[in-house]
Amino acid sequence: MLAFILRRLGQAMLVIGAMVVIVFFGVNVIGDPVYMLISPEMDQNAVEATKVALGLDKPIWEQFIYFVTGAVQGDLGRSFVHGEPAIKLILSRMPATMELALVALLMAVVIGLPLGVYAGLKPESRLAKAIMAISILGFSLPTFWVGLMLIMFFSVMLGWLPATGRGDVVRVLGIETSLLSWQGWTFIALPALNLALLKISLVIRLARAGTREAALMDYVKFARAKGLAQSRIVGVHIMKNIMIPIVTVLGLEFGSLVAFSVVTETIFAWPGMGKLLLEAIQRLDRPVIVAYVMVVVVLFVVINLVVDVLYSILDPRVRLTEAKA
Amino acid sequence: MLTRRSLITAAGALALPARTAAQDQPDLRIGLAFEPSSFDPHFHNTTPNKSLGRSVFEPLLFQDERQAVRPGLATGWRLVDPLTWEFALRPGVRWHDGAAFGADDIVFTFERAPAVPRSPSSFAGFIAGKTVEKIDDLTIRVRTAEPYPQMPIDLSTFGIVPASTRGATSDDYNTGKAAIGTGPFRFGGFVRGDRTLLLRNETYWGGVPPWRRVLMRVLRSDPTRVAALLAGDVDLIETVPTADLARLRGDPRFTVTSIISNRVIYLAMDQFRDESPFIKGPAGEAVRNPLKDARVRRSLSHAINRQALVDRVMEGDARPASQFLDASFFGASRALGVPAYDIGVARSLLADAGFPNGFRLKMHGPQGRYANDTKLIEAIAQMFTRIGIQTEIETLPPAIFFTRGSTGGPGNTPEFSMIMAGWGSAAGEMSDPLRNLAATFDAAAGRGSSNRGRYTNPAVDTAINTALATIDDTARSAALARAMEQVADDMGIIPVLYPLNTWAARRGLGIAARSDEYTLPFHITRPS
Repeated sequence: MLAFILRRLGQAMLVIGAMVVIVFFGVNVIGDPVYMLISPEMDQNAVEATKVALGLDKPIWEQFIYFVTGAVQGDLGRSFVHGEPAIKLILSRMPATMELALVALLMAVVIGLPLGVYAGLKPESRLAKAIMAISILGFSLPTFWVGLMLIMFFSVMLGWLPATGRGDVVRVLGIETSLLSWQGWTFIALPALNLALLKISLVIRLARAGTREAALMDYVKFARAKGLAQSRIVGVHIMKNIMIPIVTVLGLEFGSLVAFSVVTETIFAWPGMGKLLLEAIQRLDRPVIVAYVMVVVVLFVVINLVVDVLYSILDPRVRLTEAKA
Repeated sequence: MLTRRSLITAAGALALPARTAAQDQPDLRIGLAFEPSSFDPHFHNTTPNKSLGRSVFEPLLFQDERQAVRPGLATGWRLVDPLTWEFALRPGVRWHDGAAFGADDIVFTFERAPAVPRSPSSFAGFIAGKTVEKIDDLTIRVRTAEPYPQMPIDLSTFGIVPASTRGATSDDYNTGKAAIGTGPFRFGGFVRGDRTLLLRNETYWGGVPPWRRVLMRVLRSDPTRVAALLAGDVDLIETVPTADLARLRGDPRFTVTSIISNRVIYLAMDQFRDESPFIKGPAGEAVRNPLKDARVRRSLSHAINRQALVDRVMEGDARPASQFLDASFFGASRALGVPAYDIGVARSLLADAGFPNGFRLKMHGPQGRYANDTKLIEAIAQMFTRIGIQTEIETLPPAIFFTRGSTGGPGNTPEFSMIMAGWGSAAGEMSDPLRNLAATFDAAAGRGSSNRGRYTNPAVDTAINTALATIDDTARSAALARAMEQVADDMGIIPVLYPLNTWAARRGLGIAARSDEYTLPFHITRPS
């Protein structure tokens, strides 16, 4: 297991290195950040002064060496726009995004799993067909449009939930969260649902397919013949077997929820990392973009590790092959 | 039906009874369109930062809603000699920490403002070339090497901070530690990219502001900002998207207020290359650069139906432009009228210039930098095509557009043949666009820094130089207007339209619309 983790970490370092090189030079090819930062009425002297202040007057390879030297010591540079350490900016926004992604993931499981299992058990029923039709919509409707519709319906027309923002946060163990107050939940409900929509559909489909397959298996037939209650057959025998693909997919999807919540965060003005990234890209804030990419790569690697571990807990066969190898 | 308010109240009663106490709730909530990058008033010279800072840190002189200079922390000024300005400071002003305001603070601000580390756009340009001297506690003098009529405007652009905060970093401002001003509001909290809280300064010298706690939230996405207003999350929003204007105007729950902006949307044309990279003959052959001929430029101007752009593309939220600033601003010409939309004149001018069959043109513009920018450039391209100039367009993200449009060509020259761009005059007077857009490009002298077509006319340069050295306001205004008229005569740059700045609020709130786009909570009045 240890060798496995170490190998994974080694691969991660390579990926991070490659990404940093691509992003660092890529951003420079796009354009000159000075033109996005400086007030346009300033003259050429002011442009030069800004370049010097931000270290952009040096040749690009020199800037890169400077960056790598800093990065090795844990300093990923300072945001051009905010003047603060890029990593500090990202980490300060991370709890909001994590919280949003977690709630979205929770919604995907809590809503998607029962619906999917039901559709798998009674594939010919009307309700099952309706569920599948809705899941197709969930896949195909664009996130930003659904987000706006959610706001128009629940906030503007019904006035039930706030349209934007995160509300008041409560500090627990140094991390700000909005999940400990009812008001916080009213703020997170819509953006989380928006973010979860695609994942709910995904879980419905996976659960349905898995259930249909498992329901025909000999062990289910045997359980039924033994006279086990339906709840036990579904809750234990079927559920356990369909969870493996679902956990794998959701694990990977969690990474994408965190990394690509950009659209949802922008529409709901959710103060997370996605919004920060979007603004950094618009203003060519290179240190923030590079640091963000590094954080996301690390995140994906960690999530993959966790998924692998979970996998071995859920499926004894994986453990056995690992042990043999 | 449960309303959101009752849900929240119920929640508050359950979880945190103390937090929902009435006096803790903001009584004015504003949805901002752009994010201030810092609470430090000298960190970043951009509109969102200056707009936010203005409520807390006051400049020596104020600008009114149309950017005319008014007394501020200085009650008045006089010229001791052409190179020396004397300012009388307002007596009885106190800092938010209770200390008295005086000349030492001005001297300190002149040291600090140009020297903020890592500033992405410094205020140094407003302070360079000026030496400040304390005469007594309430009198200062500012000297320059040359006569400098822009002195009052320059001194209205940056907030004054107390000398007692010497050594404070930008971070100390963001955390509130050093965020001490003289303004109507004091620091209440700053969460970057999300929210800013301002608290009323109960002892403000200009009268107690109408709001106790002002919450400013960053809502960058246009539909989100409008939805937040419709849902009652905020009381007021700035920069109303034109697509939602009709709806908000028709809704009795809201009021919409607008004013002409200090911005002009213009077309700049390549006038420095004999063959321009994005211009070809009607059959795609190489051709001499037609934009060097004033008749072609006039023809293009007559081909643009400005009123149609205002009505259709901008949904009425703009005015047709005849020059770089609306005629109501200082230094604008009263003589210039909006160029007539006349296809016949446009065609005959084109033929006179030797292009009876037109030419092929590719026009460039930014995407999402100005309201409806892509739609505007599409419409203009169609209007050009109608007079025989087959026009293609390419819109680019602003970061790419401005880099390539300024220095993308060989030898760091502007790359494009024709661009659509905008210019906002922070100074609110004609010297600002003339010096930057129309003066001959000269990096060393700081002239023509945004003259991306490299338009040049020595007579215009002379007129600008005369104006910039004339202290007397009447004479200066006349000189600026003359320079503008010369540019218009050459059609060196084609003015298209002036967008309006628009705010929407729940009915009853009084909004002081401003040409500089600032949203100032102390100018927002309560329902009477």
